[in-house]
Amino acid sequence: MGNTIKFVQGNEACVEAALYAGLDFFAGYPITPSTEIAELLAYRLPQIGGKFIQMEDEIASLCAIIGASLTGRKVMTATSGPGFSLMQEALGYAVMTEIPCVIANVQRGGPSTGIPTHVSQGDINQARWGTHGDHAIIALTASNHQDVFAMTVEAFNLAETYRTPVILLFDEVVGHMREKLVLPAAGEIPLVDRLRTSVKEGVDYHPYLPREDGRLPMSDFGGVHRYNVTGLVHDMWGFPSTDPQTVHGLLRHLVDKLENRANEIARYREYHLEDAEIVMISYGSSARSALHVVENRRQRGERMGLLELQTLWPFPSEMVRQKCAHAKSVVVVEMNMGQIMQSVKLAVAHPERVFLANRIDSNFITPSDIMNILRIIQGKGV
Amino acid sequence: MAVKDYLRERFLPHMWCPGCGHGEVLGGLVRAIENLGLSKNEIVMVSGIGCSSRISGYVDFHTLHTIHGRALAFATGVKISRPELKLIVPMGDGDALAIGGNHFIHAARRNLDMTAIVMNNRIYGMTGGQFSPLSGENISATTAPYRTIDRGFDVVELAKAAGATFVARSTTYHVQQMTETIQKAITHKGFSVVEVLTQCPTYFGRKNKIGGAADMITWFKDNTTPIGSKAKQENAALIERGIFVQIAAPEYCEEYQKVVERATKGRK
Repeated sequence: MGNTIKFVQGNEACVEAALYAGLDFFAGYPITPSTEIAELLAYRLPQIGGKFIQMEDEIASLCAIIGASLTGRKVMTATSGPGFSLMQEALGYAVMTEIPCVIANVQRGGPSTGIPTHVSQGDINQARWGTHGDHAIIALTASNHQDVFAMTVEAFNLAETYRTPVILLFDEVVGHMREKLVLPAAGEIPLVDRLRTSVKEGVDYHPYLPREDGRLPMSDFGGVHRYNVTGLVHDMWGFPSTDPQTVHGLLRHLVDKLENRANEIARYREYHLEDAEIVMISYGSSARSALHVVENRRQRGERMGLLELQTLWPFPSEMVRQKCAHAKSVVVVEMNMGQIMQSVKLAVAHPERVFLANRIDSNFITPSDIMNILRIIQGKGV
Repeated sequence: MAVKDYLRERFLPHMWCPGCGHGEVLGGLVRAIENLGLSKNEIVMVSGIGCSSRISGYVDFHTLHTIHGRALAFATGVKISRPELKLIVPMGDGDALAIGGNHFIHAARRNLDMTAIVMNNRIYGMTGGQFSPLSGENISATTAPYRTIDRGFDVVELAKAAGATFVARSTTYHVQQMTETIQKAITHKGFSVVEVLTQCPTYFGRKNKIGGAADMITWFKDNTTPIGSKAKQENAALIERGIFVQIAAPEYCEEYQKVVERATKGRK
């Protein structure tokens, strides 16, 4: 039996993947260009007995899915820039309380209301640092619908593995563009189920005492273990604490559990990097144009390659440094003012060789845009 | 079970000031649950931020101490996910009706089966005595050194207008009535709101020269009256207490099942 092939929007691919991953609770608020995700899930979730609710705003949406996740469900919300801004406090709560959840941000132009129906990749650093305080986060992205599917499933898997919110940073072009999607068969992509505690009823369960491997087995709200969950700094019981050792231990745990595993969490694609003198680094829809340029230049014999990032946070510094080790120049292609370029410069041995090829006028960056900038970088002029 | 069996002794004593009314609300709430004979495993308490919201730490239920103003949004997720659980959401006046006002009216509108308890001491206590949307006019607070000009909300009227199907008011003087009211609210099928007038002697009492805790509780005795009493007819300034609304209306989780039925109709 062959796989089902669909011709869909990126937002639909995201929905198919979320359902494949076991999503059974979605709360959201309408916002362009992510609304199709909510619309489709309003249609699909009740068909499988799942829960869909349209909340009064975006922060309520994230709060609702965090509450549902605690009862044992796989949960998700979807939004765009202004809604993502509104969610930031609840995002920090999910980080602090280590409650798995997935947040899709289909990026549009900002700041503020910006340009709702046009493309941007301007929320990259907001995803990393939008909520206050030292913390770590996982953010994934994709440039095509097959990868939107893969990364969405990955987002649910990583959320459960590391007990963390995972942000899907799609962009308007990927979200609204239609292309082929091959739906994987059941079981084709492994799914990570929640790690639940083996502590029996009547025995003390410490909700925030990590195992030796750093993982925290959960107990569903409504189950046999009653415990406290708080956004305050807390001890192993989940009770507020101001003990300096407890504060230090918790913050280190929250950051180290992801930052120390940046290599494990790194997902990427590479094209013609083996002998590349010019390494392009891109992600999301802009990587499609970058790939076009690379393939075109390769045909002319130029040693050019593409590193397409799928994990943006934690930033895969070590991998990026290795891939760029022999590059004469590194060109970061993105639709913002250099948000990932900053991280690339920090990662590579020669930051002075890192250049930005970008577009910020709300139009999609095309291969010819990139080639024009490349000619200037190479000293050839327009 | 005894009252103490509902408390987490490990986390006591509580952090409230001497004379604070929140302990009386805790007592009334726990007695209400004891009277109803509910299992601790079936209760989820969700609270926000503020003095009142610390109540969730002290009770031996599934407890979710969330972010400022959003307790009802978290509770909505828990309830829709697991409709069989009993949701109790204690909130302070600022928590429930300033930063959380939007969630309050929408939870009431949906008629989700949960109990919201507004512990109204008319002041932000944890941050040190700022006025709230329930302070009303002519009140002294640290952010109102020349007294407030802001008009206050009436929780009862707001909850009624937003569609809550059970709306009641009590005070920390009327502890037995408070317990009975909370009991009825928890039993009610739908969104129930209980406003409990509670004293903050540390800030509201001191700033407004009302006196200590006993004076403030006495004020509740002298300035409240049962709904529709003769005293109210003679003195309109008295605050009514009792059950204002108790009606049957479609509950959200039950209605959602109809959506599931419509979505699955004709499917295998």
